[in-house]
Amino acid sequence: MNFNLTKEQQMIQKTVIRFTKNEVEPIAAEVDENQRFPTETVEKMQRCGMMGIAVPREYGGAGADELAYVLAVEELSKSCATTGVILSAHSSLGCWPIQQFGTEGQKKKYLKPLASGEKLGAFGLTEPNAGTDAAGQQTVAVPEGDHYRINGTKIFITNGGEAGIYIIFAMTDASKGLKGISAFIVESDTPGFSIGKKEKKLGIRGSATTELVFKNMMVPKENLLGKEGQGFKIAMQTLDGGRIGIAAQALGIAEGAMEKSIRYVKEREQFNRPIGKFQGLQFMMADMETKIQASKLLVYQAAAAKSEGKPYGKLAAMAKLFASETAMEVTTKAVQLHGGYGYTSDYPIERMMRDAKITEIYEGTSEVQKMVVAADILR
Amino acid sequence: MKIIVCIKQVPDTNEVKIDPVKGTLLREGVPSILNPDDKAALEEALRVKDEHPETHITVLTMGPPQAEEVLIEGVAMGADTGILLSDRAFAGADTWATSNTLAKAIEKIGDYDIIFCGRQAIDGDTAQVGPQIGERLGIPQVSYVEKFYLKDGNIRVHRALEDGYEIIEGKPPILLTTIKELNKPRYPSIPGIMKAYREDLIKVWTYGDLDIPSTDIGLDGSPTQVKRSFTPEQKGKGEILDGSTDEKVQQLMKKLQENNLLRRD
Repeated sequence: MNFNLTKEQQMIQKTVIRFTKNEVEPIAAEVDENQRFPTETVEKMQRCGMMGIAVPREYGGAGADELAYVLAVEELSKSCATTGVILSAHSSLGCWPIQQFGTEGQKKKYLKPLASGEKLGAFGLTEPNAGTDAAGQQTVAVPEGDHYRINGTKIFITNGGEAGIYIIFAMTDASKGLKGISAFIVESDTPGFSIGKKEKKLGIRGSATTELVFKNMMVPKENLLGKEGQGFKIAMQTLDGGRIGIAAQALGIAEGAMEKSIRYVKEREQFNRPIGKFQGLQFMMADMETKIQASKLLVYQAAAAKSEGKPYGKLAAMAKLFASETAMEVTTKAVQLHGGYGYTSDYPIERMMRDAKITEIYEGTSEVQKMVVAADILR
Repeated sequence: MKIIVCIKQVPDTNEVKIDPVKGTLLREGVPSILNPDDKAALEEALRVKDEHPETHITVLTMGPPQAEEVLIEGVAMGADTGILLSDRAFAGADTWATSNTLAKAIEKIGDYDIIFCGRQAIDGDTAQVGPQIGERLGIPQVSYVEKFYLKDGNIRVHRALEDGYEIIEGKPPILLTTIKELNKPRYPSIPGIMKAYREDLIKVWTYGDLDIPSTDIGLDGSPTQVKRSFTPEQKGKGEILDGSTDEKVQQLMKKLQENNLLRRD
């Protein structure tokens, strides 16, 4: 197995490193503090062609592969997990389902503005009563002439209110259960579409997380994504890929905390020596680094499988499970290594620890990842 | 409009170490970058292209095969094509031979309105190559450009001076050398990176491609040679005094007296 980066991937990585250092890191603490969506960063990412990184060139994207996309999310997340998830949700959950399941007309109309970054993408599956049990959709779509009349509420929608294009799910035939769910492409200016409550969160506080409210929202029939009844399949396949993005985000968070910790233990002196000289801390850091490297291999492996057209559902679930739990563990230990300073917002470590937690929850909790892995190996 | 931008790959001097014995740059393991003044030159050309999309930009460099990297970066930022002048015969050139080679290449390209060069490269700091190219081509030149305006084919620039600037107007063809204060260069774009690697946009020209005698290029064509390079000796370490003005004056007096630089007779 070979994970040497191609020259293209290396240059993309180098560019995103520079971009992150100059444009993302300087405002990361402020974005968190003020719970502010970093619109200016998204505009800069757009100018850099980052928003369509994995979209084929014929639809206005860069045509890079899944690993290049993973590298971008990873580098952004080293300094700011908020910025990492903006790109991840936009790419994996906004662009990809249209690219994969959309008609030619839908791709031209919706994928192009997403790929250029003119519009931001989002994905609405979760409801107040349909979290892990996504099949319990209470949003209903009823055909009416050339349209579907959609009523319902979505919650915890990443990029909510900032996105112009949403992939949303609704029940078209409740009697069919899972096979009664359908997917729709919805524009934010559709009559009947509105943004509800904006969540205040523990971490990724700059990321927009909102409720979506559909009140007699009329969506044209041509905006049905895939066929009626394919919604659940589309959602699950989309999340398989989304998990690679979140795993990359988790990996980046852990790496960012590790870099800061390495620097800190070399500088901070107690008992007349840098604290990195103490074996107790060295052992802790060796464990952290080992788990990060293991996460990286899992994440890159899942990305490579997706690029090569191989099955990746189990690999993505394992990558997300391991990388997110590693992120939580590494950031928690990084706070410990920083001691009292790490607990204050003078250092970015406490923010990283708060940011890490969500990676164990969204796009399928760690428990869901285990269900996916188990289902795959026991089938 | 056709623009040629002369660029150079240089060692990132922020990362460079000096051999304490020989006094030369230790280049091994040092990352190479696109020279900062040249990046500003390219950015200004790209801004012309932003305004006038029909503009064609060629990035030109001379160097070893790996200098192709800066052309890739140039194309990834938005240049249309790149030309690498690379041949053992070009090696060891001073500014005289370098400008000779670049000017011949520009003559071969033929059609141009503006030539942008960075003021100077951070590895040599000579600031000679740009102006020499202008002289060899027999076209007007303005150095130290800190502001650039293009209107109806007329060019107006601010030329930085130590204590101000000159406003100079001109018409193409013209050569301008730019300083990095001119603009904030864009990042390479991701689609640009993919394009730069996947499309065949970079040509390599060797000695045989240029109409130039071997005595005018490389080491043979170089009237100057580096005799010795050395690191200037470190001056004594400075010391910054703390406290109020009165306290600082007191401390300063004390130190001057202690060092016998000031005596009470």
